[in-house]
Amino acid sequence: MHKVIIWYGELTSVRSLLRRGLLFLSPGMAWLMVFLVIPGLALVAVSFTTRGAYGELVWTFSLENYSRLAGFGMFGWTSDYLLIIGRSILVASVTCAVAVLLSYPLCFFIAARPLRTRYLWLTMLVIPFWTNMVIRSYAWFLILAPELPLAKFAAMLGIVAPGSPLYPSAFAVYLGMVSLYLPFVALPLFASVEKLDWTLVEAAQDLYASRTMIFFHAILPQTLPGLSVGVILTFVPAMGMFVVPDLLGGAKYMLVGNLVQQQFSSSRDWSFGAAISMGLMALTMCSLYFYRKKSNGGQVL
Amino acid sequence: MKKTGTITTCLALCTIAFLYLPLMAVAFFSVNNAKYGLVWKGFTLDWYIKLLHNEVILDAAVNTIELAVISTLVSTILGTILAIGLDRFPWSKRSATGLDMVLHLPVVIPDIILAAALVVAFGLLRLVSSWFEPGMLNMVIGHITFQIAFVALVVRSRLNAVGVDLEEAARDLYASTPYLIRHVTLPLIMPGVVAGAMLAFTLSLDDFVISFFTAGTDSATLPIFIYAAVRRTVTPEIHALSTLVLLATVVLVVATERISRRSQQA
Repeated sequence: MHKVIIWYGELTSVRSLLRRGLLFLSPGMAWLMVFLVIPGLALVAVSFTTRGAYGELVWTFSLENYSRLAGFGMFGWTSDYLLIIGRSILVASVTCAVAVLLSYPLCFFIAARPLRTRYLWLTMLVIPFWTNMVIRSYAWFLILAPELPLAKFAAMLGIVAPGSPLYPSAFAVYLGMVSLYLPFVALPLFASVEKLDWTLVEAAQDLYASRTMIFFHAILPQTLPGLSVGVILTFVPAMGMFVVPDLLGGAKYMLVGNLVQQQFSSSRDWSFGAAISMGLMALTMCSLYFYRKKSNGGQVL
Repeated sequence: MKKTGTITTCLALCTIAFLYLPLMAVAFFSVNNAKYGLVWKGFTLDWYIKLLHNEVILDAAVNTIELAVISTLVSTILGTILAIGLDRFPWSKRSATGLDMVLHLPVVIPDIILAAALVVAFGLLRLVSSWFEPGMLNMVIGHITFQIAFVALVVRSRLNAVGVDLEEAARDLYASTPYLIRHVTLPLIMPGVVAGAMLAFTLSLDDFVISFFTAGTDSATLPIFIYAAVRRTVTPEIHALSTLVLLATVVLVVATERISRRSQQA
C-alpha cells in the first residue's frame, strides 16, 4: 500500500492516490447509498414486518407477507397472486417476442435506406422511445374507441357488443405493451444490424442455405449483442409495468406492477407491497442471470 | 448495401404506422371541434387556447420543468465527479466491481421497485423530519437518484474515449489537481457532460412512475395530471396538452441528436 508509484507522471503512493480518489467518489456514492442502497435494504426489512390496523408498520419478524404472496391467505389457499405473477411473466415474454419479430424487418428496412434519409427514419424510432408512456398508453383509447373502424369490425364479428370500446381487455394490454416497448428493442438492434457483415449472408446463400438457416446462422449471431440489450431493456421494465395494464386492462388484467402500486396507495399495506417488490426483484435477477448465462455472458450489461 | 424485399418493406411501414397511429389520433382529435365523441366536427384551436387559461395545467407544467431543471443540475454535477473518481484512479478489481454494481442498480431494476424503496425510505425519514412529506423535495431526490447513474455512465464512456495522454502531459508540466480538472479534464469531457445532462433532463421529463409514487397533492407534473385526467374521462383538452408534450419531445430529441452529432465530430 505504501508502494511508491508513478501516476499520470506524478510521483505518489497508492494510498494517497486512493484517498484522493475517494474524495471524488464520496459525494455521488454517498447519495446512492442514502437514497438507493439503504432504501433498498429498508424495503427488504419492511417486507418482513406486518401491517397494523391503521396501515402502520408493526416491527415483528414474520413471513406472513411471503406466504400471502404464495397464496396462503386468511381464507385458505387461492391462486390469485400466483396467477398475476404468471400473467406478468407471460405478458413480458409475449411483448418481447412480438417486439423482436417486428423489429427485425424494421431494422433491415431502415439499414437499407440511403445514408441521407436513414437518420430521418431512425429519428422516427427515437421519438416514440422518448414520448411519455402515459400519453402513448392512453392514445390507444382513441384507436380502440367504439366510433372507430377497429371496434366496429370487432362488433361485426361478434367479439364485443356493438357500441362498446375494445378496452379494457387483454388484447388492449398487449397492443399497448408492444407499441410501448418496440423502440426499446428496435434501437439497440439497429446498432447491430447496421454493422452487419453481408458477405457472410452471401456466403450462406452460395452454399444453398434456406432462408431460416441464413437467419439463424448468418444473421442472428451477428445481431445478438444488440438483440440482448433490447430484450433486457424490454423484459425487465415490462415485468414491473403498471401504467398500461391500469389504463388498458382495468381490473380484469392486473400485473405485478399494479399489485405493488395498489399496496402503496389505496390498500396502504407497505409490508405486503415490499414483499411483492422483493418477488419482482427476484424475478428480474433470475431473468438477468438466466439471460446472461444463455448468451454466454456476452456484451449484456 | 442489401436491398429489402417487398414483404420486409411492407412489414416495416406497417410497424411505423403502428407506432404512430395512436399519436396521430391524439393530435387529430386535439383540433376537433367536438367536446364529446370522436366524430369530426371541423377544425378548431379552442382546446389549445383553453389550456392557457387552466391554472392547474400551468402549475403542473411549471412543476415538471422545475423538477427537471433542479434534478438535472444536481445529478450532472454529482454524476460527473463520480465518473472521474471511478475512471481516473487505480481501484482494485474487487472494489471496482462493487462500485459498478451500485452504479448499474438504478439502470437495471424496474423503476417501480426504486419507487417503492423511496416511498418506504421517505416514510421512515418522516418520523425524523417533516421535510419528507410527499412533494417536490421527494420528487427531486427520487429523480436525482436514477439520473446520477445515467450521467456517470455517459461521462465515463467519454473519459474512456478521451484517454489519459493529455492529462499526463499536464501533470508533467506540474499542473495541480484542481488546475488539471478545471483546465484539462473538464474541457475535454464537456461533450459527454452535456450529453449526460440532456439525457438526465429527458429522463426526468419523461418519468412517470417515480414522480407518481413521491408526489404530493400540490406537486403534480404533467404526466401525473394527464394520467389522473384520462382515468376519469378523456377530453379534447387533454389531447391538446398531450400534443404539446409530444411536440416538446420532438424538439428535444432533434436538439439532442444535433448536439451529440456535433460533439462526435469535435
